[in-house]
Amino acid sequence: MDSLNLDEPHSMGTTIIGVTYDGGVVLGADSRTSTGVYVANRASDKITQLTDNVYVCRSGSAADSQIVSDYVRYFLHQHTIQLGQPATVKVAANLVRLLSYNNKNMLQTGLIVGGWDKYEGGKIYGIPLGGTILEQPFAIGGSGSSYLYGFFDQAWKEGMTKEEAESLMVKAVSLAIARDGASGGVVRTVTINADGVTRNFYPGDTLPLWHEEIPAQNSLLDILSAPSPEPMSM
Amino acid sequence: MSSIGTGYDLSVTTFSPDGRVFQIEYAAKAVDNSGTVIGIKCKDGVVMGVEKLITSKMMLPGSNRRIHSVHSHSGMAVAGLAADGRQIVARAKGEASSYESVYGEAIPVKELAGRVANYVHLCTLYWWLRPFGCGIILGGYDRDGPQLYMIEPSGISYRYFGAAIGKGKQAAKTEIEKLKLSEMTCREGVIEIAKIIYKIHDEAKDKAFELEMSWVCDESKRKHEKVPVELLEEAKAAARLALEEMDAD
Repeated sequence: MDSLNLDEPHSMGTTIIGVTYDGGVVLGADSRTSTGVYVANRASDKITQLTDNVYVCRSGSAADSQIVSDYVRYFLHQHTIQLGQPATVKVAANLVRLLSYNNKNMLQTGLIVGGWDKYEGGKIYGIPLGGTILEQPFAIGGSGSSYLYGFFDQAWKEGMTKEEAESLMVKAVSLAIARDGASGGVVRTVTINADGVTRNFYPGDTLPLWHEEIPAQNSLLDILSAPSPEPMSM
Repeated sequence: MSSIGTGYDLSVTTFSPDGRVFQIEYAAKAVDNSGTVIGIKCKDGVVMGVEKLITSKMMLPGSNRRIHSVHSHSGMAVAGLAADGRQIVARAKGEASSYESVYGEAIPVKELAGRVANYVHLCTLYWWLRPFGCGIILGGYDRDGPQLYMIEPSGISYRYFGAAIGKGKQAAKTEIEKLKLSEMTCREGVIEIAKIIYKIHDEAKDKAFELEMSWVCDESKRKHEKVPVELLEEAKAAARLALEEMDAD
């Protein structure tokens, strides 16, 4: 096994998911950013804002996905000013796609763009590695998504409520975390609809346990914070 | 209105002492000398009509188009120097195309109007360019409904319910103001525009003219296209009838 190399580029092994429901979308992700086998950030936020009404889930190279998000946020901001009204999810997704496709040789990032606009309602666009753009009722990405294809085939249905979509999301991410070494930490969700944006946070120890998973327990290092023993008296 | 701008009218980059740029005003005169162009916004779309003055009997009917499609959802009717108009249409088509390449959706009509206006204005800022000698009526139908814009040689662009440019613009505007546009469908609008153009055409000064019309409405599935032949003939017939009735008084 290679010895721990902290100079490896930060990757976000990751599990990212975007789901449409009746009235909007829910975006979800795990929170592990790894450098090789070292977890550089165990509580990262992989769901990034592009505009008030459009967010993006990032996976793959942390640097690449951040720079693409930054550029798109910049372009969308200008576009919104020019247009005089909020940008549509489709436009945001197209800008992401153009950057991904035209720089495919240099970038390694899979993105899921999701949001709500007044013309089309809630929409999810999956933009995997090569820069394809595909509008989908739900999208999954990242290394952890391999373990979720069958799950979604069975569990996803059209016209879910917001609560159903969110709980499906949390269940899916926790299933992926259980099996994928590159995913872990907490589950973050962002719900976007006509009323606005809501962020939610599910700490790791509140997630359901699956087959053969061991319950979380407090670190045995807790004894370090215990008071030192009284000196004996003779 | 004519005042001579002696000395201050030689270049578009010169202001007169009373704050006017005469070259732009002269460009507007080129528009005023051309055949009338009218556009109206009805409740379900936009209709545009052009009084195409025929300079020679040898001209093939239907040639020398004055109304051009810029995108599937919008079109422009041009008054003034036709060659200048062609440039502007080409530019507008380019803008619409590049917008769609970058943003992935059809260019909003408002944005298109802004870009055309910007381009027209651009050409009034440099001494080595002359202003465009044409007025444009731009009609389109996008997600925010049907819209009508007019762009003048100065680069000004406004949104209108009804607009007219060219020789008979004053008479045309008077007629348009009589119409109840918010209750009118485009089908009815086509007939009304034909009537107006026939009415304001000056038989004494200009001989023959050809009526060219286009629309973009619910009936055309929000696509900008020439008014269907049967409807156009119906409109022309109604217009001629209305003229005869007027003359009979």
